[in-house]
Amino acid sequence: MTPRFRDLDRPLLATTLALAAFGLATLYSAGQTDVPVAFAHIWRRQLAWFIFGLGAAAFVVRISPQLLEWSTPYFYAGCVALLLLTLAVGVGGGTASASKSWLAIGGLRIGQPAELAKLGVILMLARWLAERREPPGTLRELIVPGMIAGIPFVLVLLQPDLGSGIVFVAILFAMLFWAGTRPSLLLLLASPVIGLILAFSTVAWGAWIVLLFGLVLWWRPYVWEGLAVMLANIVMGVVALPAWRSLAPYQQNRLLAFLNPEIDPRAAGWHVIQSKIAIGSGGLLGKGFTAGTQKRLAFLPAQHTDFIFSVVGEELGFLGVLVGVTLFVTLFLILLRIARRAVDPYSSLLAFGVLGMLFTHVFENIGMTVNLMPVTGIPLPLFSYGGSFAVVTWIAVALSLRTAWQARQSGYRDF
Amino acid sequence: MNAFHPLLAERRAQVVRIVMLATGLVILGAFFRTQILGYRVHALQSRTNRMRPITVPAARGIIYDRAGQVLAENVPGFTVAVLPGPEDSVLATLRRIAPLARLSTGEVGRIVDRYRRAPYQPVVVRADAPLAMVAALEERRLQFPGLLIQTEPKRYYPDSTVAAHLLGYVGEVAESERAQPRFAAVRLGGLVGKDGLERQYDDSLRGRDGMRYVEVSALGRMVREDIVPPLPPQAGTPLRTTVDLDLQRFVAAAFPPNRRGAVVALDPANGEVLALYSAPGFDPNAFVGGVAPEYWRHLTEDPAHPLLNRVIQARYPPGSTWKLAVAAMALKRGIVGLRSRMPIPCRGGLQYGNRYFRCWEPLGHGDLTLEQAIAHSCDVYFYQLGLKLGVTSLLEDASAWGGHSRTGIDLPGELQPEYPSGREYYDRLYGPGRWTSAVALNLAIGQGENAQTPVNMARLFQMLASDGRPQVPHLVRARARRDAASLDLTLEQLDGLRRAMISVVETGTARGSRVAAVTIGGKTATAQNSHGPDHGWFIGFAPAEAPRIVVAAIIEFAEHGTAVAPLVTRVISHYLRVDTLEVRPLDLPSDTTPGVMTIPDFVPIVVP
Repeated sequence: MTPRFRDLDRPLLATTLALAAFGLATLYSAGQTDVPVAFAHIWRRQLAWFIFGLGAAAFVVRISPQLLEWSTPYFYAGCVALLLLTLAVGVGGGTASASKSWLAIGGLRIGQPAELAKLGVILMLARWLAERREPPGTLRELIVPGMIAGIPFVLVLLQPDLGSGIVFVAILFAMLFWAGTRPSLLLLLASPVIGLILAFSTVAWGAWIVLLFGLVLWWRPYVWEGLAVMLANIVMGVVALPAWRSLAPYQQNRLLAFLNPEIDPRAAGWHVIQSKIAIGSGGLLGKGFTAGTQKRLAFLPAQHTDFIFSVVGEELGFLGVLVGVTLFVTLFLILLRIARRAVDPYSSLLAFGVLGMLFTHVFENIGMTVNLMPVTGIPLPLFSYGGSFAVVTWIAVALSLRTAWQARQSGYRDF
Repeated sequence: MNAFHPLLAERRAQVVRIVMLATGLVILGAFFRTQILGYRVHALQSRTNRMRPITVPAARGIIYDRAGQVLAENVPGFTVAVLPGPEDSVLATLRRIAPLARLSTGEVGRIVDRYRRAPYQPVVVRADAPLAMVAALEERRLQFPGLLIQTEPKRYYPDSTVAAHLLGYVGEVAESERAQPRFAAVRLGGLVGKDGLERQYDDSLRGRDGMRYVEVSALGRMVREDIVPPLPPQAGTPLRTTVDLDLQRFVAAAFPPNRRGAVVALDPANGEVLALYSAPGFDPNAFVGGVAPEYWRHLTEDPAHPLLNRVIQARYPPGSTWKLAVAAMALKRGIVGLRSRMPIPCRGGLQYGNRYFRCWEPLGHGDLTLEQAIAHSCDVYFYQLGLKLGVTSLLEDASAWGGHSRTGIDLPGELQPEYPSGREYYDRLYGPGRWTSAVALNLAIGQGENAQTPVNMARLFQMLASDGRPQVPHLVRARARRDAASLDLTLEQLDGLRRAMISVVETGTARGSRVAAVTIGGKTATAQNSHGPDHGWFIGFAPAEAPRIVVAAIIEFAEHGTAVAPLVTRVISHYLRVDTLEVRPLDLPSDTTPGVMTIPDFVPIVVP
């Protein structure tokens, strides 16, 4: 039995299409400049990708959860293989020309496997977590899901693409949480990263270690786990500086520029400063659709990809931002409802994984335009130009639509 | 209990909902802060980072002569500049422009230096681009982001070298100048007068630069012009001078070629400068848009110092022209009358103490009156007159009418004449009691410790040719002001001195230069020069009955004033529009051994 169009979840469909229309219009505006830019007509290509993505979605929505669950390991393995292939023969391109994140055939770039791998991780985690009767209760049980997200994470970091890598981690934590893992366990899992960040201040790091020790005593995990967590945090404190030095200079600069964009206003901080100027000069009502001066004069960096939301801020003002953010939050709440009402844990985790992925992208991307988050080159779903991620987004929406449809078919009602 | 039991799932969903809404609110809060609270700041930044102010240079005031003929004007010129932007794009544009703008590597380096000093101003690549270059650049405009070609008024001196020292020249303001309050308002790279009238009246000639705004893209490429109403430049105030361009041209043409010297012509009634010429000259047009290094080197290294305005910046021993000053002092003190004779007639020299002071005429002049002594420039007569006056009077009286102070002419860099201000000078020079009244003999014939600028000597003769009171020589009428000092002579005495000077031309040392149609009075002099042939002076006025012009001329290495007199009489005749056919051509010794002239206290003028 395949779902008919009119039986699909209308709010999800409507919200997604509204966002897609908003995104396309913004992309069109991003190409309207006073200086020659390569992306003047790129909204047409994005439209083509959307149509292709809708076709893929129409196909994916017909796949039953059972078939999907069965094929998940193969799909995941395929994604990992593609990532390995990318590392071997990948090419740079677009706004991240320094990193090799593209697969190309005969010089024609056909896609970024990292985007597909996000779907692979969601599916694989859903399958693994759904198969268990109980949520992971110990750190040891977190090793497998950690590996599922960790393998693509490491492969993407090697490209190197820090931004996409963080998305895998976010998906992992979101899905573990949704599977019912105790928050304390998640905190212990995350603790080495916190220790790593705090290691730049010896005092803060020391305080963190003391606090963590207290928490370990309080939560009473297995002795060896507690020891492992403490050891990992201490190791992080030791390796923090060498790890920092091993980051590429552009990554260091981005993190530093996040802390203070004025450090290097012409280079790393330039993006954020120009973005804030564009957004801030939009005011309440904006400068008018296609009339943003900063955008027209190409002061906005990557205004058709990473910083496309700055165009919204400049041209449509705070009201436009309000509409955009409200639409995204609505989308998330709809996805949450779908995850909540899913008929089986696998579908539920699937929908929540999609939520986790999109939320990470939206929060990080919009946040960086106003210096709320560090600058990473991850796209804004349905806005930023990019074929692979557009198709992945539509497929992810299709998976959620299918889940919602399954629930509707089984007559689910809230109590 | 299964983790996906609706109760547990709902509890987690509640957490997630709170997180979602909180995140949404945080994001909206950040946008609110940026867009609503920070609107003013960001709107301003949005304007400033896409707008580039461009200076629209004001046209300098036109300089006219007394009849309204143009001495200095402005013609349209092209300036090639690059709009400021990120340093790398400015440098890239510069590199690409260099071959078309014919810039050498050194020039590019200098331009980059200038850009780094003022990174928010358009960096001027060529201040004076020829039309062909502008056309070539315009054709390839798209390749050069940030290229800015402006038509700017360019200074032009139609008569080129003729009035060079008088007008001066313009150049880019120097760093040191901008530190002075006078030039504080001048933008970096702005033009200011560097010498002459351009310098003296720079404040009013300069005008006020305008400003316009263009919109640039992130790469510094100009997208739109004049997005806000431009502030139009205010042209400088025109300057009407007292110069007679026709006379100035005549002086320049009549001055013997390849000679060094100076000519200044005044109206004795009011001190107006009719002509002011110094040779060798320079081409002030060559400074427009930046002087070529080779030309600058030529100007500064030439031993003849072409940039030096000899009328006000060179000092020469006045020689016999000074005898008029001495005669005036003696008449004023009543020591002699116009017909007074000296005890010892001239026999070619005078024994004083253990020294024999020669007259220039070895055969002697015999017994002379003051008038005759002036006409024949008899040294022996003036030796005795000097002794009668005494050193103290000679020094004090000269300072009474300005013999050792600047005339105050409205030109920059006038040198003070060298003349002892009192007896202390000799005490310092030789030691108290170690010098004798013999210095009076030298002073009386314009030798010794006496070096005057031509303009100062012109003023002395202006006094003699008028009522005995000095007029401040000036080029611009508003500056005219009377000097309180005076020669303090009666009209008869002045008349007598003038008669004596008429005899100089009619029957005396300059009789070869007399002109039939007009009576000219004057005085020749030979300024002793220890470095080569003597310099020749002639200072004359005409018409003798009611003088309308005083001309002081010095030609270096002319050997004697007799050789200079014809130049002056020609200038006077031309000014008074009388026939000059009777004037003999200049008969000068050839300038084969010019030697190096030493100029006391020579100050290099302005080094851009």
